[in-house]
Amino acid sequence: MTIRVPEPPLPIYRPPPAVLRNQRWRWAASATVLLIVALSLGGSEISLPRLTQGSVNIVHYLFGSAERPRSGYFPPDFSNGLVYLQQMLLTVKMAVVGTTGAVILAIPLSFLAARNTTPNRLTYQLTRRLLDLFRGVPLIVMALIFVAAVGLGPFPGILALAIHTAGILGKLFAEGIENIDEGQVEAVRSSGAHPVQVLSHGVWPQIIPHLLSMTLYRFESNVRDSTLLGIVGAGGIGYYITEAIRGFDSRSASAILIIILSSVFLIDFLSAKLRERLS
Amino acid sequence: MIETNRLGVSYRGQPALTDLSVTIGGGFTAVIGPSGAGKSTLMRALNGLIPAGSGQVLFQGTPLGRPGSALLRIQQRRMGMVFQGFNLVRRLSALENVLLGRLAATSPWRSLSGWLPHGERELALHLLDRVGLADHAWQRADQLSGGQQQRVGIARALAQQPQVILADEPISALDPKSAAEVMAILHGIQAQDGLAVIANLHSLETVRRYAGRVIALRAGQLVFDDVPQRLTDNVARELYGQDALPGESQEPGGNQELPPNVHFASA
Repeated sequence: MTIRVPEPPLPIYRPPPAVLRNQRWRWAASATVLLIVALSLGGSEISLPRLTQGSVNIVHYLFGSAERPRSGYFPPDFSNGLVYLQQMLLTVKMAVVGTTGAVILAIPLSFLAARNTTPNRLTYQLTRRLLDLFRGVPLIVMALIFVAAVGLGPFPGILALAIHTAGILGKLFAEGIENIDEGQVEAVRSSGAHPVQVLSHGVWPQIIPHLLSMTLYRFESNVRDSTLLGIVGAGGIGYYITEAIRGFDSRSASAILIIILSSVFLIDFLSAKLRERLS
Repeated sequence: MIETNRLGVSYRGQPALTDLSVTIGGGFTAVIGPSGAGKSTLMRALNGLIPAGSGQVLFQGTPLGRPGSALLRIQQRRMGMVFQGFNLVRRLSALENVLLGRLAATSPWRSLSGWLPHGERELALHLLDRVGLADHAWQRADQLSGGQQQRVGIARALAQQPQVILADEPISALDPKSAAEVMAILHGIQAQDGLAVIANLHSLETVRRYAGRVIALRAGQLVFDDVPQRLTDNVARELYGQDALPGESQEPGGNQELPPNVHFASA
């Protein structure tokens, strides 16, 4: 991998494009956005009466109705609490392993997908498109594909998480690499360092904080996302909450939701603290 | 030591240096000229950071190797560069930055392991002591002042055990006091160690005080090459235009004529 000879620093201030400075263009842009929203309303079946009638049902569904005993979400039923906790732990483990796999995939790809470290234009384009593909296929679809390929359980879920997250992290890492200070890289290169050393000692120290921060951020998202994976049989607590809701066992579903929410809150909190430290 | 032979370099499609032939030996050589004259491009072309478009650069009689070649890396190791913006790796300590100068002497895989060959750390500490920063060895580079950062930059260049120091506007971003310190160190390197020093400078007073030879560029061409005593005010006026005589009525090295595109992030 080579690093291009850097261009001298550009002036920090760049005027906005002429289009944005022109008042008439601004009006046209606003009108276009409004038009898009208006067109999108067609086919969305939005109806206020349905919402008002439905809200009564929502109350009944959440808080139970007199006709049906044991209906409603309260009080939550923790009789299988230990199983739910174990499944939640499994879900977090899936997120840990999936995110780790994603980082391992994303680091080399990001160097190929950053304009200043890619060996050539073709590699850049191919890697970017590959990352688009990883990122563009919805997680659930990817999980279904891997369930079909390797069978049920956490393994296909982890594969789906790793590939999907590699698409996201690869792009974010590449943008981090593109934003480094080329002067620091130039200094290392000017000393006669090997290209590997230019990457390891000129580029790498600059991107570590960004890389850790983005990874933690994606880990938080992956804990949330992996609670969904069980729905398609790819392991974790998602399976249990789907079963509980389908079986009208709302109080168990309530218990599961409480476990999911508190775990997610806890992990988000800890991860955010850690990210604060990094920046 | 370094020689350019009808060197032509284009930069962003614009010719930055044209048909430049000059031989630079030992001693302290100052390169002067108005902004945009091609001084920084010359430094980068001498080091091989920017490849020659036409003609060639010879280091100790050998043409510079092609970009990315092992030959060029060996040659670059013998030329320590000092930058206007210091270009330290900001998250690393002063000591680690000096050790960056040892990379070229270490195999890539060994340097990845983080294990330093014997004596490297001692050498780096010695060099930091030499530039008066032994007490700051463990401080992060971005917590040092501009003058201190530039001194770390010089120690890094010395860690390469070079034969020539290429200093690209080493004091342009510094206050007068720091600039004087940095110039004194560069002067000492040349006078005591016998290294060749080639430095882009703006202040004529600094040039007259430290340089043994002055090379002036204008619009990418060599227009003056002589001892500083011959650099009269008339010559300077011709070089920079009627209106401006940089360095006059300023402290030595206290050049305020910064190009408009300077980043202050690390200062």
